[in-house]
Amino acid sequence: MISVFLILSSLIGIGLFFNKNKSLMYSLLVLYVIQLWVFGISQYLQIHTEASFTYFKPDHIGILLLLALAIVAIPSLFHGYRYMEKHNEGETPRTKGLFFSALIFLMTASAAAYLSNHLAVTWIFVEATTLSASMLIYHHRNIRALEGVWKYVFICAISITFVFIGILFLSLSFKSAGITDLTFDSLYANYAKADLFWLRLSFIFIFIGFTAKLGLVPMYTAGIDAKDKAPAPAGALFASILMNVGFISIYRTYALINKTPLQHWAKTVILIAAVLSIFVAAVYMMRIKNIKRMFAYSGIEHMGIVMIGIAAGGIGVYAALLHIVLHTLVKPVMFFQYNQIYWVYQSKSIYDIGNYFKYNKTGAIVVLLGFLSVTAIPPSGMFVSEFLIFQSLIAQKLYLILILMFILLTIIIYGFGSNVFKLLFTPPIDFNEERVPVIKPWESLSQYILLGLAIWMAYCPPSILIELINGSLKLIA
Amino acid sequence: MSLLYMSIANRMITYIHILLFQGILLFAITYLTLDKVEPLNVAFIMLETIVFKAIAVPWFLNSLIKRNNITREAEPFLPNFLSLIIVTLIIVISIILSSSVSSKLIDKTFFIVALSTLFSGLYLIVSRRKIITHVIGYLIIENGVFILSLAVGNEMPMLVNLGIMLDIFASVLILGIFFNKIGDVLKDPDVDLLRNLKD
Repeated sequence: MISVFLILSSLIGIGLFFNKNKSLMYSLLVLYVIQLWVFGISQYLQIHTEASFTYFKPDHIGILLLLALAIVAIPSLFHGYRYMEKHNEGETPRTKGLFFSALIFLMTASAAAYLSNHLAVTWIFVEATTLSASMLIYHHRNIRALEGVWKYVFICAISITFVFIGILFLSLSFKSAGITDLTFDSLYANYAKADLFWLRLSFIFIFIGFTAKLGLVPMYTAGIDAKDKAPAPAGALFASILMNVGFISIYRTYALINKTPLQHWAKTVILIAAVLSIFVAAVYMMRIKNIKRMFAYSGIEHMGIVMIGIAAGGIGVYAALLHIVLHTLVKPVMFFQYNQIYWVYQSKSIYDIGNYFKYNKTGAIVVLLGFLSVTAIPPSGMFVSEFLIFQSLIAQKLYLILILMFILLTIIIYGFGSNVFKLLFTPPIDFNEERVPVIKPWESLSQYILLGLAIWMAYCPPSILIELINGSLKLIA
Repeated sequence: MSLLYMSIANRMITYIHILLFQGILLFAITYLTLDKVEPLNVAFIMLETIVFKAIAVPWFLNSLIKRNNITREAEPFLPNFLSLIIVTLIIVISIILSSSVSSKLIDKTFFIVALSTLFSGLYLIVSRRKIITHVIGYLIIENGVFILSLAVGNEMPMLVNLGIMLDIFASVLILGIFFNKIGDVLKDPDVDLLRNLKD
């Protein structure tokens, strides 16, 4: 099934790359979304069959993120379409084709990375996401985009090398027991035989390597520039599904470590990285002037929260999984809405924007609701998950981290809030109102749907969500 | 050792010669160590080291330097003598580190060489100013990883092959597409010009 999906998606991607016809291009995109959904649902139905696949396996956490990807795919392709049609005159059929085919390769590679059951296979698809992401970042072909893509590729190349070293150490660690099969199933089954020294080294390298995708402290810088420079629909995908790729890889590796005596050490490593991430996000949030980068740093903060939940254990893991799903739904909203802000002001600096309620009422409400959602103020869905994470920290008696988190999150809300309220209410200086385009309310419809979905999922979670999250918990419990 | 020389080298052309030398060394090591793997695989690995590492990449770097008129000075942040000491320290530390490892699984020499190559590559990246020296630092890290995978690879050829894929993929991506473009856009490729993307 997955091979059919991969082949079909590659065909669509290649077709988009060579295609010059506009209507054919959009029908191919619709076709892709349909087959993504068919694939996601069919994988979900296969979840209970205990068939043994070598390299790919539809397990709960993979499907959870895959379905989240399928949901986000629709609005991001729609906004990609709006971006191409409205944004500027410089778009030729060729650049459009390149953009959409890179988007599709990115989504396909992420989907394959979610479902892979072998660390090396994950690694290959993570490389594929780097490649397609770099195409997207370089979309505008100017020097700033070049700088962003150069930094992204270089840091991703180094971190992917780190992951490779980690895989080598992992194989060493299991070689002493005579195990050469490196699928996660076999690793989970044979964890007791692993050599702990090599396992420890391997975890640290794999963790550092994947933080480039996840957006945690050592390697987070790459993702920030990428989200800033890529067109906003692509930035929305970087901020949601691409971060999930890093998350699932670390989650699976951690699930292995968690069974061994190394689990306390691994928790400490994760906690340090996570708290530092929130700290970095808080520091930048205070002085940031570029709203797109502000959204990107907010992603760093949320990943820090998620990893704290994972490390705290207990109810925290449940909350972390819920949080990452909600984040996948909410964060793209900010990026989609950012496009409309840019159309109004032609700038992303906080000094040039303001009084957004006057120019685009529906969009301004989206920004306000999105701000409430992202900072986890009720009725935001993330409030539930963050609250549960705090609870798990109290249960584990990690009071110091809890207090630190409260302080840092307050700083972040202050920084985020002062920028957002400036955008919404303070009139901008020297702003020429005549050039403001009229933005139709229906363009913000998808944002409302996503925000509503996030609230609904948090307060009365559908049975599928609960089933998938509980299934994923079994990996760690 | 070539790493020591690398730390004091000042001219671009010396870096390229060292890369070439390392490629040939890797070729020799492959030839000497991989005897349990099937011949086709060994042939592939050797082809990769000799053609790709020893010939294609140095040649390509050389042509890049000519094309983009990169000045021959390497412009390190630190004086050469200090670099020499730091790289020596790195080697000593990796020897101490690996002697603390008691494992029969891995040949210690390989481990020492791999670790010291890895860290010297990282050091090279942070201590030099030009983009192209960053690329060279990355290539050196890759050589270190290659040695490491050779140490493991006698029983697991699949991992070595994966490593080669990484080599080729990343080097082609970094070198080919982007450095070409950077050369077109920036007349004097210097990291300082790529410093504007910040908050």
